[in-house]
Amino acid sequence: MAAVSNGWHPGLRESATFDRGAIAEIQRAAREGMYDIRGFGAKRPVPHFDDLLFLGASVSRYPLEGYRERCGTDVLIGARHAREPVKLDIPITIAGMSFGALSGPAKEALGRGATEVGTSTTTGDGGMTAEEREHSRELVYQLLPSRYGMNPDDLRRADAIEVVVGQGAKPGGGGMLLGQKISDRVAEMRDLPIGIDQRSACRHPDWTGPDDLEIKIEELREITDWRIPIYVKVGASRTYYDVALAVKAGADAIVLDGMQGGTAATQDVFIEHVGIPILAAIPQAVESLVELGMHREVQLIVSGGIRSGADVAKALALGADAVSIGTAALIALGDNAPEHDAEYRAIGSAAGYYDDYQAGRDPAGISTQEPDLAARLDPVEGGRRLANYLRTMTLEAQTLARACGKSHLHNLEPEDLVALTIEAAAMARVPLAGTTWIPGLVASP
Amino acid sequence: MATPEVIREAVRSFDLAVDSVRELNQALHRDLDGGRVVVRNPGGGHAVAVGLDAPFEVEIEGHVGYYCAGMNKLATVRVRGNCGVGVAENMMSGVVVVEGSASQSAGASARGGLLVIHGDASARCGISLKGADIVVRGSIGHMGAFMAQKGALVVCGDAGESLGDSLYEARLYVRGSVAGLGADCVEKEMRREHAEQVRELLARAEVDDVDASEFRRYGSARRLYNFHVDNLGSY
Ligand SMILES: Cc1cc2nc3c(=O)[nH]c(=O)nc-3n(C[C@H](O)[C@H](O)[C@H](O)COP(=O)(O)O)c2cc1C
Repeated sequence: MAAVSNGWHPGLRESATFDRGAIAEIQRAAREGMYDIRGFGAKRPVPHFDDLLFLGASVSRYPLEGYRERCGTDVLIGARHAREPVKLDIPITIAGMSFGALSGPAKEALGRGATEVGTSTTTGDGGMTAEEREHSRELVYQLLPSRYGMNPDDLRRADAIEVVVGQGAKPGGGGMLLGQKISDRVAEMRDLPIGIDQRSACRHPDWTGPDDLEIKIEELREITDWRIPIYVKVGASRTYYDVALAVKAGADAIVLDGMQGGTAATQDVFIEHVGIPILAAIPQAVESLVELGMHREVQLIVSGGIRSGADVAKALALGADAVSIGTAALIALGDNAPEHDAEYRAIGSAAGYYDDYQAGRDPAGISTQEPDLAARLDPVEGGRRLANYLRTMTLEAQTLARACGKSHLHNLEPEDLVALTIEAAAMARVPLAGTTWIPGLVASP
Repeated sequence: MATPEVIREAVRSFDLAVDSVRELNQALHRDLDGGRVVVRNPGGGHAVAVGLDAPFEVEIEGHVGYYCAGMNKLATVRVRGNCGVGVAENMMSGVVVVEGSASQSAGASARGGLLVIHGDASARCGISLKGADIVVRGSIGHMGAFMAQKGALVVCGDAGESLGDSLYEARLYVRGSVAGLGADCVEKEMRREHAEQVRELLARAEVDDVDASEFRRYGSARRLYNFHVDNLGSY
């Protein structure tokens, strides 16, 4: 590649079909005979929140005074059945990421950062660690198909339970943790031999389908005496139906993860080719909830490529109650930081490109189980950076909401939005800017 | 007035024709001392006696639905009837005895304790087992011990298709026929220590009419422990 960029001349023509990326992948596959497994989320461009704009207020709507007039950000999750719903100060939560995929200090930093700004964090495929429980005011405990480390004592110590059916990076796929990350502690928590390539199941061992899910949720409620809320997490695919079935099964909240959503280790072909963008999924979920009379009763938490307060505000305007972030939270902790560039390059990547979370050699000490690397991340400092980032996003979202005249982030609505592209207009179900056209929305006959 | 000793000796009873499962479970969660509890008319109800965390002795007089004794810790739960899906799922410790037969996914992901099924168990018995022991007096269905990681499954009758598919370190013992082994599951030599383990588990399960020397052992060939292109057909 260096040769081409140095000696480039206009006669060199790259194929749009067989571009350098496609050629390199064919060569890699021919060499290794194995699909590419990596972390991060989808890298291809898909219609996203960038394709939406807020209209703002003017004569027909009046704005709120920035910094002076209140714009609320709090959210209550899971009051449908639980005696102790989750109360958050901001609608931005930290997504489930496993200890195993992430180091102990990284999990602790996520808990510290989230707690500092009054939001929740989430365990992951691998159980609950003492560090994250201790440092998280609100901790959501995931029940995954693998059931690694699942422990009723941890269920009772959790502030909410999240039944994971799927995630956006791989709807229909199970987990993976490659041998280099199965350290003694990870192996013990998961009841596995050390150093094996762990393939975790894609289906739960004791239920299949919505009728079983309803009974499973009932069991979890019985075990926890109907005290804490139960979320159901799905990857965005047949969202309208998945949401309806999850609500019918008794979910208190739906966690909806778009195809851009991050992962610690998944086949590249899965990340890039399965599921739908979060932009297309939110309106389907909201439609489903509205039809069931459950919008705002059952909370909708969305994720997949959320980076900024603008993304948060747009997700909420489309009808979500909260968002969650994975990749962005890791970046806030120090993932892909320029100061590690030389080390990223030494392992065949570069700052801004690093996605080998599966490899366990992360110079930032985040996606690793190597004690020396993990020790590089100071959980207090990392937590502070995450808190700064969460505050910034909240302020950005409030800025946009006030500009639209809203005294609470939840008062944002689709009517505040227009789309820049026809695709985004059709997916988000808001008009193309300057028109009244929402492609695909036909009045019923 | 009764002394505390007398209260603990007393048998508490619940009638699920009258009391709700919720009342039963909440009562069992509040009393951390344990004691004897009899549950009548379970009526196939789900989530009966789940999340126990004390040395209770619970006797259920009849059939139950899904997830009976789910996530059990310390308690002994005896079902005088059949069980639905996922009996003793994710059990941590204690003993669960089913006098009848059990549906699918019996003992799924159980991490400790002993599950005894006197009748048959259906498909996926011991799926993703993580350290508990299971003794089945009858036979089990297909995909027994699928992805089982740790612990032992003792089957006194026959095992269905794909036994031990994608097995990790769990030990499987079958006395009767095996309809077929799953990917990476192989028959292994039954050494003295294994016969000893079977004998001990049968004794704990109070199965006294079966001879430990009649079992065969199955375990992981460990060929799928690390991804390898030559094993592609098995993934
Ligand atoms: C390192 C890493 C580990 C993850 N582990 C889990 C997990 O254990 N369970 C789960 O449900 N999702 C897991 N996810 C997905 C996140 O919960 C979330 O859905 C996703 O990261 C959201 O998209 P975003 O990364 O674009 O914010 C993981 C994501 C990352 C980046």
